[in-house]
Amino acid sequence: MIVLLVFLPLLAAIVAGLGNRTIGNVAAKVVTTGCLFASCALAWPIFLGFLSGSDSAHVVKVLSFITSGDLHVDWALRVDTLTAVMLVVVTSVSSLVHLYSWGYMSEDPSQPRFFAYLSLFTFAMLMLVTSDNLIQMFFGWEGVGLASYLLIGFWYEKPSAQAAAIKAFVVNRVGDFGFSLGIFGTFLVFGTVSIPAILAAAPGMAGASIGFLGGRVDLMTLLCLLLFVGAMGKSAQLGLHVWLPDAMEGPTPVSALIHAATMVTAGVFMVCRLSPMFEVSPTALTVVTYVGAATALFAATVGTVQTDIKRVIAYSTCSQLGYMFFAAGVGAYNTAMFHLFTHAFFKALLFLGAGSVIHAMHHEQDMRFYGGLWKKIPLTFFAMMAGTLAITGVGIEEVFGFAGFYSKDAIIEAAYARGTTAGGIAYFVGISAALLTSFYSWRLIYLTFFGTPRWAASEHIQHAVHDAHGHGHDDHGHAHDAHHDHHDAPDEGAGAEPHAHDPGAEHVTHGTAGYHPHESPIVMLIPLVVLSVGAILAGAVFAPAFIGEGATAFWQGSLHVNEHLMHAMHGIPELAKLMPSIVMLLGLAIATWAYLLDRSIPGRFVASFGGLYQFLLNKWYFDELYDILFVKPAFALGRFLWKRGDQQTIDRFGPNGAAALVQMTSVASRKLQSGYVYTYALVMLIGLAAAATWAMAI
Amino acid sequence: MNQLGFPILTILLAVPTFAAIACLFADAKAARWIALGATLVDFALGILLWVSYQVGGPQWQFVEHIGLFGSFGWSLGIDGIALMLIALSVFLMPICVLASWQAIEKRVPEYMAALLLTEVFMLGVFMAQDLYLFYIFFEAGLIPMYLIIGIWGGADRIYASYKFFLYTLLGSILMLIAMLWMVNFAHTTSIPVLMNTDFPPHVQTWLFLAFFASFAVKMPMWPVHTWLPDAHVQAPTAGSVILAGVLLKMGGYGFIRFSLPMFPEASAQLFWLVMTLSSIGIVYTSLVALVQSDMKKLIAYSSVAHMAFVTFGLFAFNRQGLEGALMVMLGHGIVSGALFLCVGVVYDRLHTREISRYGGVSTNMPRYAMLFLLFTMASVGLPGLSNFPGEFLAMMGTYRASSIAGVIAVTGIITGAAYMLYLYRRVAYGPLDKPDVAAMKDLSPRELLLLVPLALVTIWMGVYPESFMAPMRKDVGVVLARTDRAWKGGDAKVALNAHPTPAHAEGAHE
Repeated sequence: MIVLLVFLPLLAAIVAGLGNRTIGNVAAKVVTTGCLFASCALAWPIFLGFLSGSDSAHVVKVLSFITSGDLHVDWALRVDTLTAVMLVVVTSVSSLVHLYSWGYMSEDPSQPRFFAYLSLFTFAMLMLVTSDNLIQMFFGWEGVGLASYLLIGFWYEKPSAQAAAIKAFVVNRVGDFGFSLGIFGTFLVFGTVSIPAILAAAPGMAGASIGFLGGRVDLMTLLCLLLFVGAMGKSAQLGLHVWLPDAMEGPTPVSALIHAATMVTAGVFMVCRLSPMFEVSPTALTVVTYVGAATALFAATVGTVQTDIKRVIAYSTCSQLGYMFFAAGVGAYNTAMFHLFTHAFFKALLFLGAGSVIHAMHHEQDMRFYGGLWKKIPLTFFAMMAGTLAITGVGIEEVFGFAGFYSKDAIIEAAYARGTTAGGIAYFVGISAALLTSFYSWRLIYLTFFGTPRWAASEHIQHAVHDAHGHGHDDHGHAHDAHHDHHDAPDEGAGAEPHAHDPGAEHVTHGTAGYHPHESPIVMLIPLVVLSVGAILAGAVFAPAFIGEGATAFWQGSLHVNEHLMHAMHGIPELAKLMPSIVMLLGLAIATWAYLLDRSIPGRFVASFGGLYQFLLNKWYFDELYDILFVKPAFALGRFLWKRGDQQTIDRFGPNGAAALVQMTSVASRKLQSGYVYTYALVMLIGLAAAATWAMAI
Repeated sequence: MNQLGFPILTILLAVPTFAAIACLFADAKAARWIALGATLVDFALGILLWVSYQVGGPQWQFVEHIGLFGSFGWSLGIDGIALMLIALSVFLMPICVLASWQAIEKRVPEYMAALLLTEVFMLGVFMAQDLYLFYIFFEAGLIPMYLIIGIWGGADRIYASYKFFLYTLLGSILMLIAMLWMVNFAHTTSIPVLMNTDFPPHVQTWLFLAFFASFAVKMPMWPVHTWLPDAHVQAPTAGSVILAGVLLKMGGYGFIRFSLPMFPEASAQLFWLVMTLSSIGIVYTSLVALVQSDMKKLIAYSSVAHMAFVTFGLFAFNRQGLEGALMVMLGHGIVSGALFLCVGVVYDRLHTREISRYGGVSTNMPRYAMLFLLFTMASVGLPGLSNFPGEFLAMMGTYRASSIAGVIAVTGIITGAAYMLYLYRRVAYGPLDKPDVAAMKDLSPRELLLLVPLALVTIWMGVYPESFMAPMRKDVGVVLARTDRAWKGGDAKVALNAHPTPAHAEGAHE
């Protein structure tokens, strides 16, 4: 069963990838989507089996992989509760995204390639979540990285897409640098890479130290932090987050699947999978908490000023991943996994909803050119509303709440209940970020769906209107080229909120230019409806099992469940418990005030706090900083070593030097052997004088 | 005499030798077919050799010995390590012949003869059990390669071929002197006997350095690597494939056959030297690869960086390091050969190696783009493809030997991704806006025939490396048995806390 589940997507990827243009669009789409739905149909019974407690952890060996001395690695598929949760998340979102892409990608010339990549990604992700050892996890880890690279760069004609693809891969490799070292260290210490064996032995290593780079450090802290660097890369945590916003260059279904619901959560999954290891090192957990909290806050601040609809959601993802990490950091791994689970549904929903908007708006992604769309695309609007209610955590205790109400609020409560300094800081950061989350989420809704239409000024729309008279729709590639040129402007800090500086936007803001957005086709709406149901119900339905009374029984030891902490969460003060809901309403109120009631406020804010605004708009200048610190020096050093090192030093004094020396000597000796008697006489005289001097000196 | 009942090793050498002679008397068309036939026969023999090799059997198999004069003899035999390198060589040779099918137009018979002689000498290096025989094969291999670069190479071929020759010859002279001393000391030229000879530790250092001079150049290690980029750039495609695929492996083979088992004390003592050179090499050459504008030069520098993984692993003094190094040698042999073929494919169409002259070939050459991507990813060390098991094990072993060297080695996976993906981006991605690039056709059946077998082996080696590791396992053990007594252990030693804990530290010691 599990073998079929995991390898069907691979089979689909091979068929669609090798078949490519030979088998055509329809066959490729049918094969990949069919296989994915089959996988999904296999995954749910497994999950339900664990939910009801009738199933228990097991491992299926497929093939042996690497054997070298003590090192034994198998290709094996492990199924336990943690895996089962990931299986349903991955296969459900993936199959829905496949279906959605039938509509979204319908005009693209290389659809088989797209669907092959999507299925390949799903396979790698499944290998990651079913891994029984660190090396297979690394295989999945890199496999999803490859798929992500290919899909970000799917529209490879665009320079921005190629750059984003490379950036994603290389930044992830920085994470893998830590992950690899973590694996090496773990193997060195435990003599195995089998996860259950490591987790069983980890508590015995508490307090042990290890030699590292000439010093001695705490063993488990070192291992956990090295592994955590890998998690930071994949899950875009502060410092290694720079690739995620750029990854939005990929088609929107990709953003929904890879850069929101599944791949980016792999880091959280890894920390939860290895939770007994992290539990041994309080220092490592503190670092995880701080990094998570810092990311949650950082990304939320940046999310408040972005104007590209996908970038807002990307930063939102980054911020929510921060929540998951600090949940893990305070020891609430099951809460982290629960948020991962609910987040997968509502964030995929938000992305696919955004995709539907973008589809309707002819690939315009700038929210400044939206407005009043809810009447035009009502179904998309309702789906986005469901997603927004879920992410902001709307709900009433003991009655009903949307998904985020259960998972995000539980994280904030866990941070409070932890009682440590890091937990306290994480609590305040969690509250602040929740305020910002509510603000930017509603801002997105208001800018997109309310107010008056403003798309007359959009180049995409003008293009579409123009084309409609001529020869129908444009192809994606071209549309995106145009999009790139115009979309760069706000990035470079020149543009700003439409009401603020941009006089051009002011007088064209209102108007439709005769373009009427249309609702997306049915294949795109079905996934929206299904995910909306998930966003509305996932929290209420699954909270008891994931984080409630049944948690210990449900998780079956597949991650560390801190009973004490869960108990403490019930005992926290009522106000602390209510804070997330209060700030959620506050964020809603500010957004309503600034983007619905009095639309001059954002402009006035920018006018008074220009510096802060620029700082946020430029994403805290991380890209610029890294460019100065790493990218430019690497190329400069490369050129220096090549020209100065290889050519002017090694070659000059090495082979060329030797050749030159031989030549010089031969020229000199040729001059000596001139045939003139007086030359020889002179040499003899010098020789005689030298010999005489030497003889006298002795 | 052996499990097959006929002297298969001598036949493996004789087939290309006679074919080379035959080529000289044939016209161009016939020479091509003779060369292809001979290399295919050798390939078939190589498979037979692999199949009949007894994993876990005697250390030296298919042994042949004919005394000639003095202690010198025609003595051949292989262990698992040699077997895998022979398999790699005979697999690459037919591909090299096919790659030269149309690309070489002048003096075809002579070219094919040189190619076949290269094969003879390469195979001889891996088979030789006599020290002097090894030396002869090792040095003679230079000559046909020198001719291939010097006659059929690019514009600057004379400089490149001299540089290649000078570098490699200078190293070998020191090695010859060391060999003479060793034979004088041990009174034998038999490599298996010498591998178990304990040379006095103070002499070992000098012997080690003399051999090191030769193998480091062949490897090549920083700072004696500068011949390789020039040689690659000027060599015809097939020459580059042989150079990267097999000739570079002779250095690693030499380390594992001579330096480690014969001079274990010196190896352990000079461990720091190798680690330092490898560390500098991997960072240095990766950065240099990043700024190259010539495709072949970029891949050549990447080869130097990959060979640093080999030297790291070989001198890690543990099983993961050694097996990893050997797997990198095999994986790199396949992948760098394939990458040079990929360069050859577009070079044949546009006659330039300048990266900026290309761009967007994904659009008009989708098959090529896919295969090129596969080999790029393999070179980057993506798990599931051929280079991963080797690189990962080599780095793992290195970390075990020295955490500092381990950390530096692992930076190679970051820079490696950067320069390879940057190359791929500039060739395959981007708009197809250059008319001559747009006019290029996708892979021909002949080119598919070259690249698809390499692609299949790349995947095979990545998914089930056990096929390749099993024959070498015992022989790695033999080397380890020699070096273990000299090795003091790495710096990453675990100290448990004062509290009594269950003994989980079993993996911490070699």
